[in-house]
Amino acid sequence: MTDPDREAALSEIRAAVAQLCARYGEAYWRKLDSEQGYPTEFVAEMTEAGFLGALIPEEYGGTGLGLLEACAILEEISRRGAHAGACHAQLYVMGVILRHGSAAQKAEWLPKIASGEIRLQSFGVTEPTTGTDTTALKTTARREGESWIVNGQKVWISRVQHSDLMVLLARTRPFDAKRKTEGLSAFLVDLREARGRGLEVRPIDAMINHHACELFFDDLAIPAENLIGEEGGGWPVILTGMNAERILIAAECVGDGRYFLDRASAYAKERVVFGRPIGANQGVAFPLARAHADVEAAALMVERAANLYEAGRPCGAEANMAKLLAAEASWKAGDAAMQTFGGFAFSKEYHVERKFRETRLYQIAPISTNLILSFLAEKVLGLPRSF
Amino acid sequence: MKVLVPVKRVIDYNVKVRVKADGSGVDLANVKMSMNPFDEIAVEQAIRLKEAGKAEEIVAVSIGVKQAQETLRTALAMGADRAILIVAADDVNTDIEPLAVAKLLKAVADEEQPGLILCGKQAIDNDMNATGQMLAALLGWAQATFTSELEIENGQAKATREVDGGLQVISVKMPAVVSVDLRLNEPRYASLPNIMKAKKKPLDEKTPADYGVDVAPRLSVVSTSEPATRKAGVKVADVAELVSKLKNEAGVL
Ligand SMILES: Cc1cc2nc3c(=O)[nH]c(=O)nc-3n(C[C@H](O)[C@H](O)[C@H](O)COP(=O)(O)OP(=O)(O)OC[C@H]3O[C@@H](n4cnc5c(N)ncnc54)[C@H](O)[C@@H]3O)c2cc1C
Ligand SMILES: Cc1cc2nc3c(=O)[nH]c(=O)nc-3n(C[C@H](O)[C@H](O)[C@H](O)COP(=O)(O)OP(=O)(O)OC[C@H]3O[C@@H](n4cnc5c(N)ncnc54)[C@H](O)[C@@H]3O)c2cc1C
Repeated sequence: MTDPDREAALSEIRAAVAQLCARYGEAYWRKLDSEQGYPTEFVAEMTEAGFLGALIPEEYGGTGLGLLEACAILEEISRRGAHAGACHAQLYVMGVILRHGSAAQKAEWLPKIASGEIRLQSFGVTEPTTGTDTTALKTTARREGESWIVNGQKVWISRVQHSDLMVLLARTRPFDAKRKTEGLSAFLVDLREARGRGLEVRPIDAMINHHACELFFDDLAIPAENLIGEEGGGWPVILTGMNAERILIAAECVGDGRYFLDRASAYAKERVVFGRPIGANQGVAFPLARAHADVEAAALMVERAANLYEAGRPCGAEANMAKLLAAEASWKAGDAAMQTFGGFAFSKEYHVERKFRETRLYQIAPISTNLILSFLAEKVLGLPRSF
Repeated sequence: MKVLVPVKRVIDYNVKVRVKADGSGVDLANVKMSMNPFDEIAVEQAIRLKEAGKAEEIVAVSIGVKQAQETLRTALAMGADRAILIVAADDVNTDIEPLAVAKLLKAVADEEQPGLILCGKQAIDNDMNATGQMLAALLGWAQATFTSELEIENGQAKATREVDGGLQVISVKMPAVVSVDLRLNEPRYASLPNIMKAKKKPLDEKTPADYGVDVAPRLSVVSTSEPATRKAGVKVADVAELVSKLKNEAGVL
């Protein structure tokens, strides 16, 4: 259990985020969704109010808070009908620099990320021909003098057009089937300089407004000092941030789930057909009640994973389970909300359908449910490897 | 100048209020509580005065149950400098009456000597709209109520008041009690760094006995009931029938 003082601060954080979100409202998000627009003003205000710098230590200009506070922020954004995916990465991608960057890289970038002067909210890993089989990725970087020269392709890289920097994973040594995770390196790409000089960015027409793009690298030169961590040691650099990311995404899903239940319960109390509120029918009430139980159970796993993470203890299984359970719970809650709203669920004016589409993402990205099940089967239950 | 801002912990304005089965009041168990919205406006105004260089210190005061600490933390996170909590009840259902609150606030004002007391025009839970007025009377200070614009200049508070059918501008001598209305400002939310800094700001805890005030209730609640549900409307066939009904049945034409 979280101590009462911290609990009080968490509820204040939630209240402040809710107040900020109220200034935008769901019509704002609906409009952006229809235009594939980016919530520039919202993100600027979130940054200015310090919420996106929550995980950056105070010495670098952030607030130096824990994962629970960051979870509360993303959960509340989602719960208020906003799309946290537009800004979540600014909170955590910087962890790569914080944990693996050199003193110079930290001093150069972290204060600017905390103030919002620099947006580091793109993370380039996925490739079209290798997908989930990450270590097989084909983008390469070769050293030439004071530069790394990058060639290859990425797909589904979010917010590239709304980010100044991107963390990139590329092969710097040939693939060795026996040592798959070796020979990958992580880089910081300055997108402002890279575009048009070896990097081409093509937005993907997608189901949700997540600003994901295809990236094409053709002899893109990155300064040698932009390597993060050691050459060939990029895998652990990427991996250490993943548990935090999963827990944060899971918190977003909990927020989505609570959003659906807030909205659907309110509607089921008001909507009268057959002379009584539809919520008086157990056929309507029970799916909502069950979804509530699922969402709250997932919330407990999120809290447990976050506690372990903060204590510096292993939390891979819990972080993955939190993501799996929360993503499925929010989807079920969304489905129950869709059914409750009846035909009106399909009207964009009611917003539920937008959130329903948005929350679906998290069963696929940043890691799909099957891969989590495979991790649990193999690493936790000790079952034979399937791949 | 020091500004004193009383803040009350009330049922959140988004919560759908439920009357207790025995009619003794509103059900407050496990209900979301927040700062009275009018008090938020008062805190905001105090912060704006400070930002404009017209106030040096903002002291927030709350009177009620121990949990009102959270309300004071919110005021501190918004920008108040320190807080005083007067724990006057154990049970969350106990409402301290306006006169007792005004007496306690007078005692605090005697100690703190503020140049201005900014309070909400009323609390949204019981809608009494009495505390500010009683406080001004007890202190023997000038008062401006229902304020929707406020200027402080040369020891005078110039307040625009929302009165029936229009606006009235008055100027009162300071120190004064000013009660604020909805349109005065839009309160800020607390930024994350300020929420964390607020944890370190001083919050003194007192009791009514420290000020020699008796908070025993003088009023008793006879009953509480939900507003009557609206009756179903009627459909009219045409405009002629509507006009006739408005004329003959409703008598409004
Ligand atoms: C909107 C959006 C934003 C994204 N943003 C980013 C980003 O910013 N950065 C980034 O790097 N990536 C991003 N991604 C990519 C995302 O991480 C991948 O889509 C995801 O990891 C799945 O990879 P894939 O699409 O190649 O699917 P595939 O690997 O082709 O998998 C397809 C399906 O097969 C299943 N599957 C595959 N292998 C196995 C197996 N061995 N056993 C059982 N089932 C298996 C998977 O679970 C999945 O259901 C984003 C994706 C989307 C849709
Ligand atoms: C894209 C689209 C196209 C459509 N096209 C047409 C069309 O061409 N012509 C036409 O006439 N209509 C059309 N409709 C309307 C559609 O038939 C209704 O939306 C549907 O019948 C549900 O009615 P409702 O939306 O009023 O939901 P409601 O009646 O409000 O029901 C809401 C929810 O409560 C449940 N519920 C209600 N009462 C009970 C009960 N007693 N017990 C248990 N559960 C209950 C319902 O199952 C539903 O899940 C269309 C709707 C859509 C979305």
